[in-house]
Amino acid sequence: MNGVHDMGGQQSMGPVEYEKDEPVFHAAWEGRIYALNRAMRAWRKWSLDTDRHALELLPPVDYLRMSYYERWLRRLAEQVVLYGLVTKEEMESGIAAPTSTKADPPFSLATSSRWLSRGIASSQDASVRPLFKVRQRVRARNINPTGHTRLPRYARGKTGVIVRDHGVYLFPDTNAHFQGEKRQHVYSVRFAARELWGEDASPRDSVHLDLWDDYLERT
Amino acid sequence: MEGTRRGFLKAAVTAAGAAATPDVAHAQGPRQDPGHEHQTVPSDLTLRVKSLESLLVEKGLVDRAALDALIDTMEHKVGPRNGARVVARAWVDPAYKKRLLENAPAAIAELGYTSGQGEHMVVVENGPKVHNLIVCTLCSCYPWPVLGLPPVWYKSAPYRSRAVIDPRGILREFGTQLTDDIEVRVWDSTAELRYIVLPERPAGTETMTEEQLAALITRDAMVGVARVTLPPAGGNV
Repeated sequence: MNGVHDMGGQQSMGPVEYEKDEPVFHAAWEGRIYALNRAMRAWRKWSLDTDRHALELLPPVDYLRMSYYERWLRRLAEQVVLYGLVTKEEMESGIAAPTSTKADPPFSLATSSRWLSRGIASSQDASVRPLFKVRQRVRARNINPTGHTRLPRYARGKTGVIVRDHGVYLFPDTNAHFQGEKRQHVYSVRFAARELWGEDASPRDSVHLDLWDDYLERT
Repeated sequence: MEGTRRGFLKAAVTAAGAAATPDVAHAQGPRQDPGHEHQTVPSDLTLRVKSLESLLVEKGLVDRAALDALIDTMEHKVGPRNGARVVARAWVDPAYKKRLLENAPAAIAELGYTSGQGEHMVVVENGPKVHNLIVCTLCSCYPWPVLGLPPVWYKSAPYRSRAVIDPRGILREFGTQLTDDIEVRVWDSTAELRYIVLPERPAGTETMTEEQLAALITRDAMVGVARVTLPPAGGNV
């Protein structure tokens, strides 16, 4: 979706604010909500792509005003209800209903490492044929899906060159919405800065994006 | 506010909620000290997270020891020191550098770093005429196993928006001046590949040990916003 999260190329966001010797977490609650998000994903009720899309669905004003981990809190509070792990009543009362289904066995330290180390699905699966090849010129398709996509607006309709085939990955546009993994090749595509931003950009510079087969078309 | 879990959890799912370290810089008005903002984190965020955690623990959906372990990993086990060791090894061992550029996950695993999301890492090399810069314009993708969790500025709107359209301007803000003849390559982490920059080894480090070199290598250099430099003369190496 063309959301506020798709920030590449905006110029109105102000200077970068740098914090010297920044701690990993600025407050204990940031660490807790980080860990809760990671642990709860292990239930496999939603994917990493679903999680990313949930942040994109935040109203733009909230997205910009909230801190990073505040967004994570809002997301988790919504996801656990949406995907049936917690009832609305439990969220409102803050107390587990006596009749509610409890996890059996509960998520624990013993089982967490196995779940968390599963990693991101990818492969060199030879049965999934690449649609493009290295050094081929390609155009990023001009698509404007209302759901999740990892093709940023600033690259749509632009022409680049494939510099590397990264192998096979799940397609986020469908996987985020439980519409299948649609596994396909991902390529590193080099776009000249001038192709993206016009003649004022440096003639030498470039931006590389990692793009799935379904984001690309022949030129 | 009811002072119970109820009120805090409800607040977590409503549009209201105070901001701590908002991601948009204060384009209007004076620039605020981020350290000061962190000290004013509203305590209701602490309480809302505590309430949610208590409910999930009560339901057996999470276990506090697992949460503690996840936090401990990020605070103490992964971080830029891991990446610095990888870079230092590549500087002193050409065969390792070759393996690192060809198959980063395997070469990084040689040093024992495999935690994180199992990201598929790619190392991009700086040279006299090439400078690389890493960004995630869509969210906050970052090479956790070698750099840990990203700093706030990396996840912020100013960096995410401008790194692709004005990388040289961003670099100037970080004090990194590049002449026009140097090619800037920006890597936008739009998929599950995670990038790390292999910075240039500075002149004057020929006699340093791998360990001394690792101490020079910063997170910022591995993201590409800075170069690796020698400490000022007279400083401790």
